[in-house]
Amino acid sequence: MTDPLMLTGVSLALFVIVGAIAVASSILVVSMRNPVHSALFLLLTFLCVAILFVSMGAEFVGAVQVLVYAGGIMVLFLFVVMLINVKALPKEKVFTATSMMGVLMGVLLFIILAIILASGTWAPAVNAPENLRTAVVVKTTPVVDAGGATIQTETVTRDVVGNAEAVGMALYRDYLVPFEVASLFLLVAMVGAIVIGKRELDASEEEAIPEFIAKKVSDEDRLKEVTGA
Amino acid sequence: MIPTSWFLILGAILFSLGVLGVLTRRNGITIFMSIELMVNAVNLTFIAYARELGSLHGLMWVFFIMAVAAAEAAVGLAIFIALYRHRETIDVDEANLMHW
Repeated sequence: MTDPLMLTGVSLALFVIVGAIAVASSILVVSMRNPVHSALFLLLTFLCVAILFVSMGAEFVGAVQVLVYAGGIMVLFLFVVMLINVKALPKEKVFTATSMMGVLMGVLLFIILAIILASGTWAPAVNAPENLRTAVVVKTTPVVDAGGATIQTETVTRDVVGNAEAVGMALYRDYLVPFEVASLFLLVAMVGAIVIGKRELDASEEEAIPEFIAKKVSDEDRLKEVTGA
Repeated sequence: MIPTSWFLILGAILFSLGVLGVLTRRNGITIFMSIELMVNAVNLTFIAYARELGSLHGLMWVFFIMAVAAAEAAVGLAIFIALYRHRETIDVDEANLMHW
């Protein structure tokens, strides 16, 4: 299989350029004063990371990254930025002791991660990029046995297909329960976000209270009224 | 093929920048953007290892991380909208009602 991205020169140039853009734009995300600018540079970072996903052979995740992050989450961020008055933004001083400590902590964390990475020993690489596009395909075929009865036989094969098909087979077979739990989780988060973000209604907008509650009719009187006694 | 360690270093840089943003900024929305940056760096690391080990499980983890990140962003931004309604600010230093 000749993949153009496997050519060393092209993939090297792609990684260096896209990685440099990703790092530069994420520096701008954390340093821009206006949150709209931060959001747009975050969008650029997401797109660069999506390109890197595709270059690593995970095309479907790259597409989902563009749809979910660049499409959904960025719009959510921009909506919230628009809802909030720009004058309410905090005045951020640049060279305070706290922010200097933050920068120091970030640099220290990077040094720690780099030391971990440099000192680690690598397991022998599998070097099988086609595994990311290999799907387990189960085929059931009816077979008539000696007694004349039809039985189903299952044949399990591992076919090299596209990345999206391989991901789909894994997601809907091996990870079906976590997938359903994730959908329930998103529903709960959606309801929670609506309830938390809802504006408090004032008295005139509040749903009309039924009269027997407002008048505080006792249960006995209500029973008499209903039964006509 | 680009060595896996390069992707890991890039992920480490992006994650550290996200931590730096969370620690230095006071604007709540920018802090959330930095958290999304950290989540993305972790996803990059997962995909790099999925390629290194030739395994689809890393890709599955990325999907569930994306679902959790989307839920977290939605609920977190709703909390900031509620904070803005009550306090007229999104400065995280101003949200100090439970400060001892």
